[in-house]
Amino acid sequence: MQWEVVIGLEVHAQLSTESKIFSGASTAFGAAPNAQACAVDIALPGVLPVLNRGAVECAIKFGLAVGAKVNRRSVFSRKNYFYPDLPKGYQISQFDLPVVSGGELVIFVDGAEKMVRLTRAHLEEDAGKSLHEDFHGKTGIDLNRAGTPLLEIVSEPDMRSSLEAVAYAKELHSLVRYLDICDGNMQEGSFRCDANVSVRRPGAPLGTRREIKNLNSFRFLQQAIEYEIQWQIDTLESGGKIHQATVLFDSDKGETRAMRSKEEAHDYRYFPDPDLLPLEISGEWMAEVRSRLPELPQAKRARYISAFGLSAYDAGVLTSSKELAAYFEEVAEIYPEPKACANWVMGEISGWLNKAGIDIHDCPISSRALAGLLIRIGDGTISGKIAKEVFEAMWNGEGGADDVIESRGFKQISDTGALEKIVDEIIEGNPSQVADYRAGRDKLFAFFVGQAMKATKGQANPAQLSEILKKKLAG
Amino acid sequence: MSISLNEVKRIASLARIAVSDVEAEAARAQLDGIFGLIEEMQAVDAGDIEPMSHAQEIVLRLRNDAVTEVDQHEAFQKGAPEVEAGLYLVPQVIE
Repeated sequence: MQWEVVIGLEVHAQLSTESKIFSGASTAFGAAPNAQACAVDIALPGVLPVLNRGAVECAIKFGLAVGAKVNRRSVFSRKNYFYPDLPKGYQISQFDLPVVSGGELVIFVDGAEKMVRLTRAHLEEDAGKSLHEDFHGKTGIDLNRAGTPLLEIVSEPDMRSSLEAVAYAKELHSLVRYLDICDGNMQEGSFRCDANVSVRRPGAPLGTRREIKNLNSFRFLQQAIEYEIQWQIDTLESGGKIHQATVLFDSDKGETRAMRSKEEAHDYRYFPDPDLLPLEISGEWMAEVRSRLPELPQAKRARYISAFGLSAYDAGVLTSSKELAAYFEEVAEIYPEPKACANWVMGEISGWLNKAGIDIHDCPISSRALAGLLIRIGDGTISGKIAKEVFEAMWNGEGGADDVIESRGFKQISDTGALEKIVDEIIEGNPSQVADYRAGRDKLFAFFVGQAMKATKGQANPAQLSEILKKKLAG
Repeated sequence: MSISLNEVKRIASLARIAVSDVEAEAARAQLDGIFGLIEEMQAVDAGDIEPMSHAQEIVLRLRNDAVTEVDQHEAFQKGAPEVEAGLYLVPQVIE
């Protein structure tokens, strides 16, 4: 019998503000321990939180981008629990009145479109970090991260496979970077996913879910969900029961493991924070933010298809990140053959970036330089095959396309006289093949092209060569 | 509505407050009084009134996103029982 998988995701996106959500301390990554933890962040008695306008604006941008309701009025609440990296004994979060309600995100899985509904997105503060090693049996506390603004984005349980969950996470990741509200750096913890996973018989009520915490890469997200699904199915099929639990993913072993469950741990006793009045967002503010929204991935995809004539797949790949899309558009502006530009950006550029493990903004070939190379293919100076060699040389810092073509003598031979001479020599040197060809073995044509390319080190203009060969071989 | 002694003890434990049985009983009686007041207030029909999270109709003041704080961790850490390499040291916490 079949099982249906049900997945909902909670994503914590660290907002890229300069200062913290309730204090004027810096949020820069990598400072010396506690150098960026001010009196508010370490909860000295008597301090009061003051909300950062920039953090609210990030939430508004997000709400508008996903077609959600940006609530005119929202409330900050205290979520109470004790942990050494939470100095106040509570986290300021939002509970029943979040800043953003609803919304949706379109994802693509195996070429098909699917809509994932969002439940809500709310503002909250991050906790500090606990370092458990090397302090003679004690735990070290760094509060630099305490008070960093987070937008917690909660989806409805609309995903039905690990692939859909990953597609959703990637789409969200791309969106927050387009909006410039989160740097998306998963290794530094700027974008963290929790996955709620359950299985059920199709049509049955929702099964009991287990929540996998703190997944900080798309690969781990997929692996953890797949392991968890299999574990739940095995457990149920062998007659066991699933108990609601929080689990951690051990990426070394590839397993999920339940954390020691503390029955009271989830009694957070939320109540409105008396230190913070209700947050009001005016219609004017929302309109002003809306006017500054950039073109979003979905709109960009549609434009690439209609204006550039690209396939949905190509448009999807090119718009997957704001930086890649910008690079492609710069190339296509200088060399207005969008399909050729798309092929090179998705082919050579992406391939070499992958191999080198770097991002597009560290690409050694600028958009202008790539366009320069495409221009030389377009005007017949070099063939597509030679262009790949030129590309490699450009990647290795040998200069622009024209420099490489010049220094390596790659110029395509388009001189009819020179090509005719080469063809004459080949015909002379291969009398039996010529005879066979003339007797009707058309397939031998490729042999002559090969010989000519060999003789010209691949630099013959292919169209011209083919024309001359046909003429001369015809006798 | 009345509150049981067990509930008082549970709330105290969540808040990390040590209470003796005598104190818990005293707290229970006081909390019961408060719940009595709430019950009385609930008799008022407030169905079409939007709930308020705060008693005054004023809204949150916001500050601009700018760094205004400097590093004062050395001063702050003078009051900490134990510090090493800039970190506050606490009894080991293992989840």
